[in-house]
Amino acid sequence: MSKISRRRFMQISGSLVAAGAIPGAGLLTKSSFAAEPIKLGLLHSLTGTIAIAEAALVEAEKMAIDEINAAGGVLGRMIDPVVADGASDWPTFAEKTKQLLQRDKVAAIVGCYTSASRKAVLPVLKQSKGLLYYPTYYEGQEEDKHVIYTSQEATQSVISAIEWMAKQQGKTFFLVGSDYIYPRTCNKIAKPTVARLGGKVVGEEYAPLGHTEFSSIINKIKAAKPDWIYSTVVGGSNVAFYKQLKAAGLDGGKQKLLSTVVSENEIDGIGKENAVGYYACMGYFQSIKSPENEKFVKAIKAKYGQDRVVGDPMECAYNSVYLWKMAVEKAKSFDVDKVTAASSGIEFSAPEGKVTVHKTNHHVSKKVRIGRARADGQFDIVHESGVIEPNPFPKL
Amino acid sequence: MNISAKQGERFAHAGLALLLLGLLPLALGPYWLNLVGKYLAFSFVAVGIVLAWGYCGILSLGQGVFFGFGGYAMAMFLKLEASAPELPDFMVWSSVEKLPFWWEPYSSLTVTIASIFLVPIPVAFIFAYAIFRKRVSGVYFAIVTIALSMTLVVLNIGQQGETGGANGITDFSTLLGFDIINDAGKVAIYWVEVVLLLTATTLAALLLHSRFGKLLIAVRDREDRVRFSGFDTAMIKAFIFTVSAVLSSVGGAMFALQAGLVTPSLIGAVTSVELVIYAAVGGRLSVVGAVIGALLVGFMKSYLSEHFPEIWLFFLGGMFIFVVWVLPNGLADLFRKILRVKA
Repeated sequence: MSKISRRRFMQISGSLVAAGAIPGAGLLTKSSFAAEPIKLGLLHSLTGTIAIAEAALVEAEKMAIDEINAAGGVLGRMIDPVVADGASDWPTFAEKTKQLLQRDKVAAIVGCYTSASRKAVLPVLKQSKGLLYYPTYYEGQEEDKHVIYTSQEATQSVISAIEWMAKQQGKTFFLVGSDYIYPRTCNKIAKPTVARLGGKVVGEEYAPLGHTEFSSIINKIKAAKPDWIYSTVVGGSNVAFYKQLKAAGLDGGKQKLLSTVVSENEIDGIGKENAVGYYACMGYFQSIKSPENEKFVKAIKAKYGQDRVVGDPMECAYNSVYLWKMAVEKAKSFDVDKVTAASSGIEFSAPEGKVTVHKTNHHVSKKVRIGRARADGQFDIVHESGVIEPNPFPKL
Repeated sequence: MNISAKQGERFAHAGLALLLLGLLPLALGPYWLNLVGKYLAFSFVAVGIVLAWGYCGILSLGQGVFFGFGGYAMAMFLKLEASAPELPDFMVWSSVEKLPFWWEPYSSLTVTIASIFLVPIPVAFIFAYAIFRKRVSGVYFAIVTIALSMTLVVLNIGQQGETGGANGITDFSTLLGFDIINDAGKVAIYWVEVVLLLTATTLAALLLHSRFGKLLIAVRDREDRVRFSGFDTAMIKAFIFTVSAVLSSVGGAMFALQAGLVTPSLIGAVTSVELVIYAAVGGRLSVVGAVIGALLVGFMKSYLSEHFPEIWLFFLGGMFIFVVWVLPNGLADLFRKILRVKA
C-alpha cells in the first residue's frame, strides 16, 4: 500500500475540493445556474491550397468570440468555438458541416471562403436546418434561407467601382479575369454599367485558374489601349500578372488597373513592390480611419503579431460573429429559424462602419471603398461610396 | 491456430461480410454509417488497385479519372432530375442556353447506370492496350496515368458551363423522386453499395484463384517469360486494368450518392495517389485488406481532422510511413501473422 495515510488523504482531497469550489462559487452568484456554453462552428480550410487565404479568417472569428465572452457571452452563455477543417476540398466541407450540425450540434456556423465550398455545404444546411454566415465577397446569384452573406456581393463592388473609374479619366475598359464564375459574373455586371455611362469595353479576356503566362493578354491590352484595366484575376496568378504588367510598362501611370479581388492579404502574397500604384475596390481596408477600426487592428496585432495585415474577408469574418450574436439577442433564442428571422435589419458598427442585414435578401448593405496600393502594402483610400443596398440578382 | 491460405482468405471474406452487413449497420448511427458509405466508395477503387497493382504489377496513379467519370455520370443524372425542367443552375450562370448534347443521355437512369459500367471498358482498354503494346510499363505507365488525370482536371475546370467547373456538380436530393439526402435514403444506398462491394470482392477473389489469376502473377513477376511462352501480355494487362477501371467508375457513382456532390478534385492527382495509399495500407495483395484499408484511412481522416483540425495531416502521414515501414504488405499481413496463415 502507499505511504499516504487515510487522514493525510482526506486533508489533501479536502483542500482540493475547497480550492475547486471557490471559483465555482463565484460563478454561481453571477448567474444562478452556470449555463452551458453555446457552440459556434468555424469551418474553414486549415490545410490544403486555400489555407493560406482562409486560416486567417478563423483567427478573426476567434478574436470576436473572445471579445464577446469577455463581455459576458450571448444570452448569458459563453461561446465555445468548434473549429473544423474543410481541407480545401469541397466534399470535406460537406462532411464537416454535417459533423458540426448533427454531432456537435452547433448553433450556427461561420465559414467557407470559395463559392465552391459554399455550394457544397448548402444541401447539408438545408437537410440539417443549419445557419451559415459566409464572410467572403462573391458573385451573387444566390439567396439561400440558410445563409447570411456578410461581405459584398458583386453588384456592390463592381457597379460603384466602374462608376468611379469612369469619372476619373477616359471611359474605355479592358476586362481581365480568371476563368471561373466570379470573374465572369462581375464582367456580366460591368458591361452594361460601362454602356450606361457612355463608355466602351475594348476587350474581355480570361486566363485559366492558376495561369502564370499573361503575355498574350498583355499584348492585347497594349494594342487596345484602354483607359482602365478592370481585373478579376485571382490567387497565385496575380503574382505573375502584376509583375508582367509592370515589365510591359503598364505600371498604373497612364493606363490604370483596378481589381475587386486584391485585398491587403493578397498583396502580401503578390509582393508590395509589384502591386504599388494599382487600385482595389473593397468594403474594408486596414487603413480606414475610425475609432472602431483602430481598435480592431490593434487587437488583431496584439493577438496575432505586429506584422499581421488585415484584409476585407478577415473583417467580414469578425463582423459575422457579432451579427450572429446580435440576432440571437434580438430573437432571445438560439433557434435557427428565430435567429434567421431576427437577422433582418440587424445593424452592427463594424470596423468598416455600419453594416445592416437586408430586410429580406440575407445580404448586408454597406459602403465600399476604392484604395490605391502604397509601397508598404497598405491602401490610400481615394473614394468612399454611400451605403449600397445588396442586390444579388441584378437585372442586366 | 495454424490455418491454410485458402482458409484464411475465406475467413477474411466472411469477416468482411459480417462487418459490413451486420456489425457496422447495427453499431453505427446514420451519421457514421453515411461516412462509412463514403469510405466504401473508395474501397471499390482499392480492390481494383489490388488486382492491377498487387497482382499484375501495374501501378496506375490515374484511377481518379475513372472514379471521376462514374461520379460525374451519376451526378449528371441526379442534377438533371433536380433541375428539371430547367437547365442545371451552373449552366444558367454561365450563359449556356441549351443542354450540351453529351448531357442528354443522362436524363435516363438506365443509360446512366449502363454508362457507369460500360463506358470505362473501351476507354480503359484502348488506352492501356496501346501503351502496353509499346511495352511501356512500370513507373512510365504511372507517369502517363497521373498526367492524364491532371489534364482532365484542367479540362474539366475550364468548361465551367458544361461541367460545373471548380464548383463541381452539387445540390441534388432525389433519385427518381426517392429522397437520398435524409437518413433513410442514405441507409438504403449503403445496402446497395455493400451488396455491390461484396459481389466485387467475391468476383475478384474468384478471378485471382482462376488460371488467369496465376497468369497475372506470372506477368507481374516475369513478363518476358510469359510473353515468350506465347501469351499476349499486353492483352492480359489491358484486361486487368480495364477491370480496375470499371470498379473505380462504380465507386465514383457510389461516392456521388453518398457525398451528395462531385468535384474536379475527385479526378485529380491527389485523389488518385490517395487511392493507391488506401490499397497499400490495407495490403496490396489482399482484396479484403484493400476494403479494410479504405475504411480505416477514411475513418482516420474524419476522426483525426475532427480532433486535431490543424495538425491532423501529420498524424495521417506518420501512419502511412509507419505502415509501409513496419508492414510493407499492409494490415492484411498483420492478420496473416496473427492467424499464422501459411503462405
